[in-house]
Amino acid sequence: MGTERRSLDQYRAVAPPGAVDTLYRFSERVRAKRFTHVNSTRVGGGVAEMLQCVLPLLDELGIITRWEVLQGDEEFFHVTKSFHNALQGQEQTITAEMLEHYLDTNRQNAAQLDLSGDLVFVHDPQPAALIERRNGGAWVWRCHIDASHPQRRVWSFLRPLISRYDAAVFSLPRFAQRLSIPQYLIYPSIDPLSDKNRDLPAEEVDAVLARLGIPRDKPILLQVSRFDRFKDPVGVIHAYRLVKRHDECRLVLAGGGAADDPEGPKVLAEVMEAATGDPDIHVLVLPDNASVEINALQRAATIILQKSTREGFGLTVAEGMWKGKPVIGGFAGGITVQIVYGTTGYTVNSVEGAAFRIRYLLNNPELARQMGENGREYVRRNFLITRDLADLLALLVNHAGGNAR
Amino acid sequence: MPPGKDAAMGEGPAHTSFRFVSCHGLQQMLGRVARDELELLQHLEEAPIESIHHHTHAYFLRHPYLAGAYPNDFATWAAIQVRDRVLGERLAIIDPFDFTDLEALRNALTSIIDDHLTHTPTVPRVVYGEPFYFMTTRLFEIPTTLEARTLREFREGLARAEVAVVYYHLFEAPRRRRPTFDAWLEQVGETSAAEEVRRLHPYASDLEGLRRRVLMLCDESLRRSLRGG
Repeated sequence: MGTERRSLDQYRAVAPPGAVDTLYRFSERVRAKRFTHVNSTRVGGGVAEMLQCVLPLLDELGIITRWEVLQGDEEFFHVTKSFHNALQGQEQTITAEMLEHYLDTNRQNAAQLDLSGDLVFVHDPQPAALIERRNGGAWVWRCHIDASHPQRRVWSFLRPLISRYDAAVFSLPRFAQRLSIPQYLIYPSIDPLSDKNRDLPAEEVDAVLARLGIPRDKPILLQVSRFDRFKDPVGVIHAYRLVKRHDECRLVLAGGGAADDPEGPKVLAEVMEAATGDPDIHVLVLPDNASVEINALQRAATIILQKSTREGFGLTVAEGMWKGKPVIGGFAGGITVQIVYGTTGYTVNSVEGAAFRIRYLLNNPELARQMGENGREYVRRNFLITRDLADLLALLVNHAGGNAR
Repeated sequence: MPPGKDAAMGEGPAHTSFRFVSCHGLQQMLGRVARDELELLQHLEEAPIESIHHHTHAYFLRHPYLAGAYPNDFATWAAIQVRDRVLGERLAIIDPFDFTDLEALRNALTSIIDDHLTHTPTVPRVVYGEPFYFMTTRLFEIPTTLEARTLREFREGLARAEVAVVYYHLFEAPRRRRPTFDAWLEQVGETSAAEEVRRLHPYASDLEGLRRRVLMLCDESLRRSLRGG
C-alpha cells in the first residue's frame, strides 16, 4: 500500500493551496517531453521508492516517463557498494579490475537499455558510466548520497564521467563537488499519502501502540532510526536519563538494522545494555515494511528526536514534523535545513543540549504544540513530493528544451 | 468617469484584467564557499549579482511561511552558524527593498562586513556550524488560470493563489517590468490601496503575512465602496 498508485488530485488536500494547479500549468511547457530515469534497482531502497511515487505523477502531468534499471552481477554490486561507501568517506580498497568491471557492466547495459529521452536522469554512481554511450538528449546525474568527503581514488575515477553530464543534482549544498557543470540543489521529499505519512485514525494509533506494548500514560519521546552509531541512540538514552530526574516520560527507540551494516547488531547490543532495568525505555526492532507502525509511533509521540551526530538528509525529521510534532535534532546534515531553530524545534550539539530542550518542551506544552503546527506547515511548503515534482519540471524546462520564459 | 471608477466599486470592469502569475525557483550552487567572515566578504565582492538576489530577495520565496533568524541568508549565517550575533544583527537591518539596484545592495553588505572585520581582533569563523554556500535561483514564471477584472475578483484570486504568486508580483515583477499589484490597483482607481501596497515592508513579514495585508487593503476598499465612500 505504501507504493500504490495515487492520483495527483489526491494531493490537493495536503499540498499548499494552489500547488497542484501550478504543477498542471508548469507542466504545459514540457508536455510530451520524454523523461527517462535510470537506477540500479526497481524495488528496495529510497530511490526506487521515490521513483515508484513520482513517475506516475509525472505521467499524469503529460510527461512521457520511462524507468530503466541497470543489471549487474554480484561482483558489480560489490564494486558499487564500495563506491557508495568510498563516496561517503569510508576507506575502501578499489582495484583496477574492479573499475574495469564497473565500466564493462555499464557498457553492456548501455547496449541493452533504451537510453533515449529529452532528459535522461541517472541516479547515483551505479549507472553513472552510461554517459559514455550518450546518444542525444540532455543528461543529468542525481546524487542521492552524502558525497561531501569522498575517497580520492573513487572520486578521481568518477569525476571525469560526471563532468560529461549537462548538470548534477545534490540533496544539500555541502554534498556538492567541484565540477564544471551546473549543480542544482533539490531537497528530498516525503509522500504525505504513503503509509508512513498518511493520516491515521486515533483508534489505529492506539491499536498499534497497544500491539507494540507502549503504554500511553506518560509523554513519549521517540527516535526512529537505524541502530547506527551516527544516530547516537545511546546518547539519546543518556539525554532521557537527565530528563527523567525531573520529568516523567517514556523513551521509544524504534528502528531496524541495515542488512549491509555489520556494526548494527553491535550498536543494538549497546543500546539494549544501556536500557537495561528501565521499564520506561522501549527498544523496538522493526522490519523494513513497518511504515504504519512508524507512522503511529510518530503520531503518539510528544517530542520526536533525531539526535544524529552525522546524517545524510535525515527525512525522519520531516516525517516527524508532518505529524505535527516538535523535533529536536542533532546539528548534522540535512537536519539543519529541516529544523527552524526555535520555531519548529531545536538543533542541539550535545546530550545535555538535547536533555535541556526536551525538558523545556515537556514543561511548555503550548509551545510544543505551536512548534508542531509550525513544523507541519514548514514541511507542507518545503518537503512534500509536490515540491519535488516542481523541481523536476524545472529541470525539464531548463534542460529538455521546454518552452522557457 | 475617471478610469476604473466601476472597478473601485468592486464589481464593474477594469480597463485591463490582472492575470496572476506564479513562479518556481530551481536552486543552483555556485561552488563558492565561505568558512569565515573574510571569505564571506571576498565572495560577496565577486559573486554573480544574481547570487546577491538569491540570498536577499529570493529568501522570501524559499521561506514563504516561516522566517529564519533574520530575513536574509548572510545575517542568518553570521548569527547562527558563525555565532557572531553582532554581524548578524548589523546585516539583518539591511532592507534589500531600500536599494534601487543590486550592486548598491552588494556595496552596503560588503561595507558592513568590512567595517565589522576592521573592529574585530580575529576573523570569526565557523567552528561547529555550516559554511556559507553561495547559490542562485533560476526562476520560472508559471501563469495561473486566475484572472481579475474587478477589485472583488482580484481579492478572490489573490486569496486562492499559491503563495509564490505574492512573491512574483511583489518582488520579481518590478524588475522584470511585468504587472505589479500596485500598478493595477492604481489603474483601477484604487489609489490609496496602491499606495499602501507600495509601502508594504516585506522585511518584517513573510509572504503569507504580505498576502494577508494586501487582502486586508482590498477588504477595506470594498467596504468603503459599499458604504459609498
